[in-house]
Amino acid sequence: MWDYTDKVKEHFLNPRNVGEIENADAVGEVGSLACGDALKLFIKLDENKERIVEAKFQTFGCGSAIASSSALTEMIKGKTLDEALGVTNKEIADFLGGLPEEKMHCSVMGQEALEVAIAKYRGGPVPSHDHGHEHEQEGEIVCKCFGLTDGFLKKVISQNRLHTAEQVTHFTKAGGACGGCIPKIKELIAEVLGEQQKQEPKKPERLTNLRKMQLIQEVLENEVRPLLWADGGDLELIDIAGNAVQIAFRKACAGCASSGYTSRFVEQKLRELVADDITVEEVQG
Amino acid sequence: MREIYLDNNATTKVDEVVFEEMRPYFCELYGNPSSMHYFGGQVQKKVDEARQRVAGLIGAQPEEIIFTACGTESDNAAIRSALEVFPNKRHVITTRVEHPAVLTLCRSLSKHGYRVTELNVDSAGRLDMDELRDAVDDNTAIVSIMYANNETGVIFPIEEVGRIVKEKGALLHTDAVQAVGKIPLNMAESTVDMLSLSGHKLHAPKGIGILYVRKGVPFRPFLVGGHQEKSRRAGTENTASIIALGKACELAGQHMGDENSRVKAMRDRLENELLRLIPAARINGGGADRLPNTVSIAFEFVEGELILLYLSELGICASSGSACTSGSLEPSHVLRAMGVPFTCAHGSIRFSLSRFTTDEEIDTVIRELPAIIRRGREMSPFGRELLAK
Ligand code: FES
Repeated sequence: MWDYTDKVKEHFLNPRNVGEIENADAVGEVGSLACGDALKLFIKLDENKERIVEAKFQTFGCGSAIASSSALTEMIKGKTLDEALGVTNKEIADFLGGLPEEKMHCSVMGQEALEVAIAKYRGGPVPSHDHGHEHEQEGEIVCKCFGLTDGFLKKVISQNRLHTAEQVTHFTKAGGACGGCIPKIKELIAEVLGEQQKQEPKKPERLTNLRKMQLIQEVLENEVRPLLWADGGDLELIDIAGNAVQIAFRKACAGCASSGYTSRFVEQKLRELVADDITVEEVQG
Repeated sequence: MREIYLDNNATTKVDEVVFEEMRPYFCELYGNPSSMHYFGGQVQKKVDEARQRVAGLIGAQPEEIIFTACGTESDNAAIRSALEVFPNKRHVITTRVEHPAVLTLCRSLSKHGYRVTELNVDSAGRLDMDELRDAVDDNTAIVSIMYANNETGVIFPIEEVGRIVKEKGALLHTDAVQAVGKIPLNMAESTVDMLSLSGHKLHAPKGIGILYVRKGVPFRPFLVGGHQEKSRRAGTENTASIIALGKACELAGQHMGDENSRVKAMRDRLENELLRLIPAARINGGGADRLPNTVSIAFEFVEGELILLYLSELGICASSGSACTSGSLEPSHVLRAMGVPFTCAHGSIRFSLSRFTTDEEIDTVIRELPAIIRRGREMSPFGRELLAK
């Protein structure tokens, strides 16, 4: 049996936003019956066509596919299209407190559907991973069984820092049917790794303020919040002024007796990973 | 929540009577049957008794029974033995719907210079005897075909297979782990040379199995070492489990009638009611001869794992042919071999009953499942079209 988090279970037992929107502004469809899962996403924008006011889905798939769809629709409500496009599959998985690696493709499917919907709305080229549907293709097809291109696979590989072909299969399904594309997937991994190494020279000597803020956010998102979620807690970044970071605790962490300890832990992490003169302060917010 | 366990082809509850039978052989009668002293000797007697009981269930002679650790070991031992016995025969025949214990081995053999034929099945899961007749030749060392399929319960005509195989002088092995205890088998009047059986499928514990090897059939051991099992399977005997398996086989013989009347009636009722209450459903292997306890039912436009998770919330344990992991994206190799349309291959559920299944449990499934399927279809972009009709 899969080791699903309580949040995943909660979302497939009581999925939010199931259904369709009659006169949706954008509709994105990915997957097919043959693939074993499929997602149709409906988006409604406000009068100014700026922000998403409503999102609904129909999904054919396993428990984590339903939960990922439900999470996605919750996450994009209230966002502008550009903000929504910034939602990564990792964030969908994180929203659910994590997914078993073998099920990560469910979160990727959510991200794909969103991209397809927005691309169609904007009238640009439609991303190719619209398996089984007739749309313009971008890039070269690598996995024939699931209709996935090199561009798409490279994006997933780099965003999720994947190192093995098996991981790529878990995240995208590519390689999971006939396996014919596995050598090519390995090449793509090597390419992405090469590109990343070029782009990432060690730790920069002196951090610009902007870079420091980005790093702080990244560390909180990737290193700290997932740990808090595991215990039903959460935190929010309130402000950054120079080296002083202000955070507020949420959920189980709010009012928790050991929140002082938690602040110190956050401080330690930030000192270790960003800069060693950072201070963390808890505020009500 | 009390579980409603309808996954007996995966594993079964150890019968309490069986457990009582094995219990003394851990802390009190823990002797090694190979020892020269009375303390080991008394265990040896019980192991002999168990061997007779197992042999009794399948109409074999006690010397033809080799205790192993599981069905998988028995399968591996049988096939590898045949290849050693006939070093010049480089051809193996099996089926596309075999258990991975056989199929994975055969596929690895094909990478090591053996020719492997995987026989097809029709849409009801039946073998084509003409295909077998064409495939078997003087170069065939062994034909390994399951007695009954674990996913669909479809029973293969093993004796007919045997007659064809014997003409060409090949050995016949059958993986009978799903069949033993559910339908009568009689090795005394059979063409089978080797047969695998697994304890945990018939209310004995996990970790015990047997390989039946017909007297006179040449055999080479898979595990070598000590002289246990007449040097046909080295390793100290799993005495408690062997004794348990003996008891389980005795009980299986006694309950065979029940399995084929009461259990079968419950299975039939479950099947008929689900077909009546749920549109766009079909029985996988419905047209074939099947085990009395198994039903594999396919629902269009809804995914199997989701059904299982919703059932599981109600304490109902079943299994799906498809494992929706990206690693095995193919629905199930069995359903695919049968050409089950992809609209429903992903939505197949297997219920497998046992003599411990009750009518009330079947009632619960009949009551709950239609709403679950409906709910899954309502969420699915494809299912809605079906519901609209
Ligand atoms: S081409 Fe990628 S799995 Fe077949």
